[in-house]
Amino acid sequence: MSAVAQQSKEQTGASYEGSVRTDLVPIFIMGKKYDVPSTLTIQKAFEYAGYQLIRGCGCRGGICGACATVYRLPGSAKINVGLACQTVVQPNMYLTMIPFFPANRAVYDIDELKPDAQTILKYYPELAKCMGCNTCTKSCPMEIPVMEYISAALRGDIEQAAEISMSCVMCGICAARCPAELGQYNIGIMCRRITGKHINPRAEHLREMIERINSGRYEDPLNKLVNSDLQTLRKLYVEREMEPHTAPEDWAPTDKAFL
Amino acid sequence: MGYTSDLLELIKRVDKTRPERVARKKAGEEFPALTLDQRKARLEKYHPDYRPGALRELKIGPSKGYSVAQEIADQFEARSRIDPDKIDLNEVHYETDVLVIGGGGAGTAAALLAEEKGAQVIIATKLRHGDANTMMAEGGIQAATKSWKDSPYYHYLDVIGGGHFENDPLLVKTMVSEAPKAIGWLENLGCMFNKWPSGSLFTLHGAGTCRKRMHYAGDITGAEIMRTLRDEARNRVKNIGVLEFSPAVELLLDDQGTCSGAVLYNLETEEYFLVKAKAVVMATGGSGRLHMQKFMTTNHYGATGDGLVIGYRIGVGVRFLHATQYHPTGAVFPEQVEGLLITEKVRGAGANLVNTDGEQFVFEREPRDIESSSIIRECEKVGKGIPVPGQAGKFGVWLDSPMIDLLEGEGTVEREFPAKFILFKRHGIDISKVPMLIYPTLHYQNGGLEYKSDGSTKVPGFFVAGEVGGGVHGANRLMGNSLLDITVFGRLAGESAGKFAVERKDVGKISVEHVRQYHKELEASGIITDRVSPMVLPDYTNPEVKKRQLTTTYIGSLR
Repeated sequence: MSAVAQQSKEQTGASYEGSVRTDLVPIFIMGKKYDVPSTLTIQKAFEYAGYQLIRGCGCRGGICGACATVYRLPGSAKINVGLACQTVVQPNMYLTMIPFFPANRAVYDIDELKPDAQTILKYYPELAKCMGCNTCTKSCPMEIPVMEYISAALRGDIEQAAEISMSCVMCGICAARCPAELGQYNIGIMCRRITGKHINPRAEHLREMIERINSGRYEDPLNKLVNSDLQTLRKLYVEREMEPHTAPEDWAPTDKAFL
Repeated sequence: MGYTSDLLELIKRVDKTRPERVARKKAGEEFPALTLDQRKARLEKYHPDYRPGALRELKIGPSKGYSVAQEIADQFEARSRIDPDKIDLNEVHYETDVLVIGGGGAGTAAALLAEEKGAQVIIATKLRHGDANTMMAEGGIQAATKSWKDSPYYHYLDVIGGGHFENDPLLVKTMVSEAPKAIGWLENLGCMFNKWPSGSLFTLHGAGTCRKRMHYAGDITGAEIMRTLRDEARNRVKNIGVLEFSPAVELLLDDQGTCSGAVLYNLETEEYFLVKAKAVVMATGGSGRLHMQKFMTTNHYGATGDGLVIGYRIGVGVRFLHATQYHPTGAVFPEQVEGLLITEKVRGAGANLVNTDGEQFVFEREPRDIESSSIIRECEKVGKGIPVPGQAGKFGVWLDSPMIDLLEGEGTVEREFPAKFILFKRHGIDISKVPMLIYPTLHYQNGGLEYKSDGSTKVPGFFVAGEVGGGVHGANRLMGNSLLDITVFGRLAGESAGKFAVERKDVGKISVEHVRQYHKELEASGIITDRVSPMVLPDYTNPEVKKRQLTTTYIGSLR
């Protein structure tokens, strides 16, 4: 078997050629019926149906938030959500992508923000309108308890709001569904940046290293490496001391010449 | 949902050898790493770049005679999307100081720094701002920040050894020296790196590192960096404008040969329009969506190498484009996650790669090209790959993630790899209990346009940053050096472009004469083709449907 045979079926689009798929199920893209293979994600089903995606497609890996999708299944009033690139089709699903939904976004200077509820309310006064309906949580494809971080922000627990919202992909479904018209994901990132900048202590060792570099301490050793011949470099590379995998944080090498 | 019964049966063999492998790891015993000579032999025998027919000599352009991947050569040896005679150069839609092409990490960092130099900036991007490989980078960002055990000196050695000693030494020196400053800049913007309560940064090993210097934010480091940079750019809306769904398809030069803007394409209205600028930063990223040798890819939808093509057309040469990076661990099962990147941090945290008999066959922290070649060898030559269900002829090997909980404590996998944990859980697979089935996947463009440490190129006014550039990683990039590359060189290119633009007096008569010349060179070299480039978007439309798309002429809005 050659590795060329190890090519992707789906990712190259070649999968559809020469092989008639028998496992087709009907889905309704914006109300229109298409028969697509049952194992495909919604994103690939669009392409199988014949779409060339422009909007609603980014990383194809569940992290960029470009392909927010809502759908209903027959016999149920429930609105389901998912990322099109991550959600496998289901027979008779009615779906549409929501590749864009407008949300309020404050313009601010991160240096001047204070880590408290007043700050968030100043930039996002609509935060106070949250009625606790929990629709945002129910509509998050990343399974983030969105309302919990909104509540945390409201009571000034910025750090917790940051932590809960950490895996937010900013797809915008929460904002699309919110009856209080919040743009939750923008509030989330503001909390995370405040936490990163103003709450979490700075890394002292980082400051120290930057000072060492600025003092010119490594200039000569680095210039020597830049001008080394291949043989010297190979030797230095092979002989460099390895920090063991299980070494504790304060491990130090024997050779401290170039620290 | 979940693994098939056949696979579950095979997993028992992995379970069986795991306790002993964990014990060895705990005792500090590692699988023997390959020597430099063994590495070379393994690459030449098994790496996809070395397959006959993988590369092709370029017939035209500034790097004529140099061999690059066939798929990239196809993009270079193609006509422009526009007819230079039809473009009205008097109609300029936007004027700015700095035009940044590409809305990923490098482009956004460049925009921020150019703005700090007093420049008005426009970011033109093909998809949405932030839809980029930066967003998808998981594992971390390298920097020597712990002076009691590390320094830029050791980082330099790792980078150049990983790149097989072919890297541009000055670029490497710049990257490793600027690395801690880049982390400091991100920290100051509010990036939430994983930290101890004291504020000290968590660091891990990556493949090919001699010190633990991989900084990270869970397994979404790239997303954390990208959304922070994007958020900051949005705060500077007065000076940084963003044009989304507007890829650049050609650059503009003035009568002095200075880069002076670009021709953009509105993907929705299908118009071409001009942006005149005093400096241009090219930051379009890589080209995984060209699917070299039809490999699956981890890259985002827009990674089609556009910037390489249009930079090449204005005369900037390329280097290291003969080397494509295959990430060792792309998921191959279940079908829905095929091609998806499994971060190297999983191996950094101690997970072995094992074959169908549960045996280790390679040290899990070899540089990526060596690791990938070893997996291909295990499947093709040794024959101990695991067949991928439902896909005849396809094989993978196990990435033994459950080891991590055994080494670091229950719950580590879920805590350290939340995104992957949830993703596999959706498909009924608990990666803290069962291994993942993986195979190498097309991941990174090691080479690209030639540039110097300050981002400048041989064309005045034209700057390069990030994956579209080539040299700093040599023939093989190490984990954690891509997020570093885009941050360091994004900042430097932005600073240089901002300075250049502010100092540049005026822009001469703009032209696309170079496109005309390029077309002439194509014809003169005997290349007869109807290819056009850049590709802009890959074509995954069902070919059966395409056969029925029979419109002969486009009239009005009907296509």
